[in-house]
Amino acid sequence: MSGAKALIKALKREKVEVIFGLPGGAIMPVYDELYNSDIRHILARHEQSAAHMADGYARVSHKAGVCMATSGPGATNLVTGLANAYMDSSPIVAITGQVPVSMIGKDAFQETDIIGISTPITKYNMQPRDPSEIPLAVKKAFYIATTGRPGPVLIDLPKDVQDKSADMVFPNTIEIRGYRPNIQPDPLAIAKAADLLLSAERPIIMSGGGVIIANAFQELQAVAEFLQAPVATTFKGKGSFPENHPLSLGSIGMHGHPEANKLIIEADVLLAVASRFSDRSVGRFDEFIATGIKIIHADIDPSEIEKNLPVHIPIIGDVKVVLTELLKVLIKKAVKKERTIWLKRVEEVKQEFRSKQDFGSNEITAPKIIKKLRELLPIDTIVTTEVGQNQMWASLHFDVIKPGTFFSSTGLGTMGFGFPAAIGAKVACPNVPVVDIAGDGSFGMTANSLATSVLEKIPVIVVILNNGVLGMVAQWQRMFYNRRMMAVNLHNVPDMVKLAEAYGAQGIRVQSMDEFTKAVKLALSSDVTTVIDVIISPEEDVLPFVAPGSALKDMILA
Amino acid sequence: MNRTHIISTIVENKPGVLHKVSNMFRARGFNIDSISVGTTEKNDLSRMTIVINADEQTLKQLVKQLAKLIDVVHVDVLDPQNAIYRELALVKLHATETKSRLEIISYANVFDSKVVDVSPEHITVEITGTPDKIDAFIKIVSPWIKELARTGVTALMRG
Ligand SMILES: Cc1ncc(C[n+]2csc(CCOP(=O)(O)OP(=O)(O)O)c2C)c(N)n1
Ligand SMILES: [Mg+2]
Repeated sequence: MSGAKALIKALKREKVEVIFGLPGGAIMPVYDELYNSDIRHILARHEQSAAHMADGYARVSHKAGVCMATSGPGATNLVTGLANAYMDSSPIVAITGQVPVSMIGKDAFQETDIIGISTPITKYNMQPRDPSEIPLAVKKAFYIATTGRPGPVLIDLPKDVQDKSADMVFPNTIEIRGYRPNIQPDPLAIAKAADLLLSAERPIIMSGGGVIIANAFQELQAVAEFLQAPVATTFKGKGSFPENHPLSLGSIGMHGHPEANKLIIEADVLLAVASRFSDRSVGRFDEFIATGIKIIHADIDPSEIEKNLPVHIPIIGDVKVVLTELLKVLIKKAVKKERTIWLKRVEEVKQEFRSKQDFGSNEITAPKIIKKLRELLPIDTIVTTEVGQNQMWASLHFDVIKPGTFFSSTGLGTMGFGFPAAIGAKVACPNVPVVDIAGDGSFGMTANSLATSVLEKIPVIVVILNNGVLGMVAQWQRMFYNRRMMAVNLHNVPDMVKLAEAYGAQGIRVQSMDEFTKAVKLALSSDVTTVIDVIISPEEDVLPFVAPGSALKDMILA
Repeated sequence: MNRTHIISTIVENKPGVLHKVSNMFRARGFNIDSISVGTTEKNDLSRMTIVINADEQTLKQLVKQLAKLIDVVHVDVLDPQNAIYRELALVKLHATETKSRLEIISYANVFDSKVVDVSPEHITVEITGTPDKIDAFIKIVSPWIKELARTGVTALMRG
């Protein structure tokens, strides 16, 4: 059997149904095998988008997403997508073509050292040098990508390895001696954590992205309700806890909800679940711990423990198991907490900020649009964002009610992620609406995915908060650089409605709230991708805001 | 407080593993003093011995980041009290006068090292031992040193 055939067979054995990719010389033997295969291939118009599509597919299906590219520029175009998936622990398997083994190292046409390039941005990578290695490589790739802390894995396949034949053995299981992803949490640590939580007066939970990955929503909610502890999520963890729940504080961080930022520094005990204590979430590390807060940190990745700040009780393990065990111990040790004083304070802070909320005086502002969008979308709608102000407005004003229906490029902050990722998510969940809350700059970066969504009949909705600028950069220039506006004006080019139409998609320009409502309703009932171009002021700031390098307590409110 | 630590790791013996390890050090900003790589009793495993000067916190992170690498099978931090660790150095010394040459040879004897090459202009000494011992030797013969090559530490647990 040829290497290419073995690859397709191995992918089938991993239950791969779809590949996002774009072919070229060094991967043609594999594409030739795809011709005969029932695996669906979705043609991207740029390999970066193929990787983001695989990423979006993975985030909502909890299966690995697969993307494919040729050697050289095809492989390097994947790099942003790999880095993005790595930072956000998303399981994708990338397959790249490579020049024939005999040409490697000779600077052959379209040769690039993608193994070297991708090493720091993949969980693992491999370059089989003999076709017989392919079945095991594929097994390994899927196993590593989807277990433990998930992440991207790359397989680089020299062209002659795809062409040559060998006897193939397809393994059913795999063991890797340097990789043991199933760590059982230490019962002693859980007992200590339970004691600390029960003795706390002002406990708070910070729920991170890992809760979504681990599908631990119910467990999290049960622990929160038992402890009567308010829950703040990180931005990556947004939607790990229903944002309309009385204990929900929304997300913390640079553009977090002010009540979350305020209350987390008033708390005495923090239960951090699968969060990596990013600077964007907790601000300055030294100031964060100077509050005297006692930290319990549960994470599946031991290297996250004390990477950024010291913790009192580390618990290593799958957070779904950790939370289940923790709840059992809590129930054994105590009855459900009544917590009148702390919860009264929580309510007070929430009300204080909610009464101060100002959605701006213009007919259309970003917060108004996003609030309205929430009202109009069914609760199972999958929502993603681009990067910049649009993303932060979504963080602040879009309440995720059904856990796991929101994701964004949070670690890398990749402009252009949202739209192709929405397409990938729609492929995984064809029966729910998928919406990308976008900025004009970001959308422009991967707008050619319109071709994919139209031709492959993968309809998604893009709501562009079109301020005509690289808004987040403009905001920083207004706030920190004395309004010296440099390289931020996009001049409303291109015309987003015409752009959508050029690809055969539906484009609607919106200049009032009424028009917006109509447009969203039309989009929801359409079977073609719809771009809703909402014109907003270039001068709007996202507030509140914790400036980079400062502490949560120094949040700028207005 | 910074201290010298010896980390002994067992890794898969295959192409690219050294790159993965050293690249992780660079990407995460760990500064290593030395790294030595060689085979073990098993063909498909290599041992990397890494020496780092770091505080406890950094050491802990480094060990976790190493263990996280899929091709790293095992990581041990060796307690110097409980480990045998050795380094080898080749020291080429420039000496033409008899007095210097005799002096060098007597130092070599004191340090239990071997003269491995002699020419009219140079004497080359091979010395094995703990890094401290090699440091001491180098210090004493420093006026004559022309070239120096150290291997970095390799180590095993006692017992
Ligand atoms: C690929 C990439 N390049 C540059 C940046 C830096 N950056 C962050 S936000 C932003 C502006 C985004 O503009 P737009 O998509 O219009 O969103 P807005 O902030 O206006 O809502 C830029 C340039 C980035 N995050 N990603
Ligand atoms: Mg913009």
